[in-house]
Amino acid sequence: MTATSRERILAKIRTSLGRKGEDETRRDTVAERLSAHHKGIIPKRGQLSGKALTDLFCKMADSVQASVARVSSSDDVPAAVSEYLRSKNLSQQVRMGADPRLGAMPWKDQPNLEVMQGRAEGSEEAGVSHAFAGVAETGTLVLTSGNDNPTTINFLPEHHIAVVNAADIKGDMEAVWAKVRETYGEGTMPRTVNMVTGPSRSADIEQTLLLGAHGPRALHVIVVEEG
Amino acid sequence: MEIKSPTFKDNSAEALKDVNLQKALGKVRTGFIDKRAKAAEALPEFEDLRDRARDIKDHVLDHLDLYLERYTEKVEAAGGHVHWAETAEDARNQIMEICRRLNARTVTKGKSMITEEIGLNEFFEENGVTPVETDLGEYIIQLRGEHPSHIIAPAVHVTKDQVEEEFRAKHTHLDPNRNLEEPTTLLGEARAVLRQKYFDADVGITGANFLIAETGTSIIVTNEGNGDLTQTLPKAHIVVASIEKIVPTLEDVSQILRVLARSATGQDMSVYTTFSTGPKRDDDPDGPGEYHVILLDNGRSSMLGSDYQEMLRCIRCGACMNHCPVYHAVGGHAYGWVYPGPMGAVLTPSLIGVDKSGHLPNASTFCGRCEAVCPMRIPLPKMMRHWREREFERNLNSATVRYGLGVWAYFAKRPSLYQFMTGLSMRALGLLGRTKGRFGSLPLAGGWTKYRDLPAPEGKTFQQQWAERQKTKQREAA
Repeated sequence: MTATSRERILAKIRTSLGRKGEDETRRDTVAERLSAHHKGIIPKRGQLSGKALTDLFCKMADSVQASVARVSSSDDVPAAVSEYLRSKNLSQQVRMGADPRLGAMPWKDQPNLEVMQGRAEGSEEAGVSHAFAGVAETGTLVLTSGNDNPTTINFLPEHHIAVVNAADIKGDMEAVWAKVRETYGEGTMPRTVNMVTGPSRSADIEQTLLLGAHGPRALHVIVVEEG
Repeated sequence: MEIKSPTFKDNSAEALKDVNLQKALGKVRTGFIDKRAKAAEALPEFEDLRDRARDIKDHVLDHLDLYLERYTEKVEAAGGHVHWAETAEDARNQIMEICRRLNARTVTKGKSMITEEIGLNEFFEENGVTPVETDLGEYIIQLRGEHPSHIIAPAVHVTKDQVEEEFRAKHTHLDPNRNLEEPTTLLGEARAVLRQKYFDADVGITGANFLIAETGTSIIVTNEGNGDLTQTLPKAHIVVASIEKIVPTLEDVSQILRVLARSATGQDMSVYTTFSTGPKRDDDPDGPGEYHVILLDNGRSSMLGSDYQEMLRCIRCGACMNHCPVYHAVGGHAYGWVYPGPMGAVLTPSLIGVDKSGHLPNASTFCGRCEAVCPMRIPLPKMMRHWREREFERNLNSATVRYGLGVWAYFAKRPSLYQFMTGLSMRALGLLGRTKGRFGSLPLAGGWTKYRDLPAPEGKTFQQQWAERQKTKQREAA
């Protein structure tokens, strides 16, 4: 039987590295490395807690041209969404997934605001997602795919509104991975994890920074500060 | 793509005369450098993270076979497929097979240097598939029928006026009298034209910045969001990645991400860092129905264990070319193949042979800025020197160069003769150039004096002056 391309490439790698046959020590090293999740160097910048951590997240998100609103309860989110749409002269209409945290919010209190369920189709002016976490170090939102928060909502609407609980804001990416493992299991990932740091942009024309390339033109973050 | 590296010298001469190119390059010389410096300065741990990033990749390369096996296992467990490609041709055929099976007519593409390396767009066109580049810079150069001149800013050689001209010529369905004065209008036009293409495409192709062994995940890092639309909306997502893109864990990739965007564009993080694992799941309302990874070797396995292994740490940030005086002068196209700048000068000979690309490792002043800013601490000048040695060993230099080096070596091995001869010529040149202080032309130095004057030496060699100064110091001390 002729060797497959996989076998040939792996054999070439082993030859170049000067390895012959099985090598238990190397296997053990790799297995240890994969299970240990060594953190490495964590920048001090994000190592805060409580309000200081939320403040840093908001400051960093603002520095990458996201707009930020802070509300004290998830009950205040629908009003904050409606207010944002009004401030941008957008129609009172949003696309949203089946996230139970979003579903539990009092959308009916905003009689003019129409909530369309499901994935984004491309014609929406605004979409709302609930973030899995936030990273204070860089003002980054972490969004996970699924029926709750379809990935298309993060990219197709002109305005992306993302809700994040202050309790889910971590100092660094590494802390988010611990939460991912806790939620999805060791070595398992949701189909897509989107780390989003500000609205879409391009500097491809003479290095002039322009917002609103192919993704949303604007990113609005609503931080829910309740416990 | 056609290899034009052998004519590097002519390409450079053309580039230096190109007014538009020189105008565009003017912005590279300042923009990227300032932004990187500010971002690096704002993170006290930056230098330590560079060490850590280097160590992670070194560890991966020493265990690459095992990590690739583990990575493949995890991709398959998530419902994806891994295709191993030894050569560019294998990769093209594997991609075409998937496209044929899905009856693909249009393919959208996220920005990817590796699909340039395998000449995918040309291959698609020959086979009746329409590739659509969706990154703004890539879209601009696709319209212009060009290849990228920079690995992260593919249209960096194009001026705004040229973009306007191209859009007017190609977007003929739009009002010819529309105002395209502002860059933002040009961006808006590209956004509108491309939006429909994402929906029309049958297959979306992206590269990968990293592959994670722990989870079988591929990562793309972008600012525009085009890569995400490219991989989310079509029936299938094909990731094309070379074997050295592997990192062990999510934590490891986080370390490297901290140096990637800062080195590239001076951002703390690029806007979109997207982790993809397998195809659409049962409860997913969106996402690709199929997920394929083409794992490309194309010469990289032979770089392991060689003088060039460290080049495989490269994360394609572009910092080396952003800081390179040679790149600043001639731009990326002069290098004649896919990868320009210092990283190209090292990688290109490994991938296409030093016989075709010997000029590239010679196109360096050895100023060392590339190594000083490389986030992965790749010793680029050292490796360019290795290529020069290979070139010499294989007798690839011109007779003049070899003869000149031979003459120099003769004297260099005889220090007293060397000092005597250089002392003599410095005196002679000093006397001859006494009146003007410079030479407009000199025998054997026409290549230099054609473009600038040679300042006349002051009559003594460095070694003579050094010896005199040491003596004076000793006298003063005594």
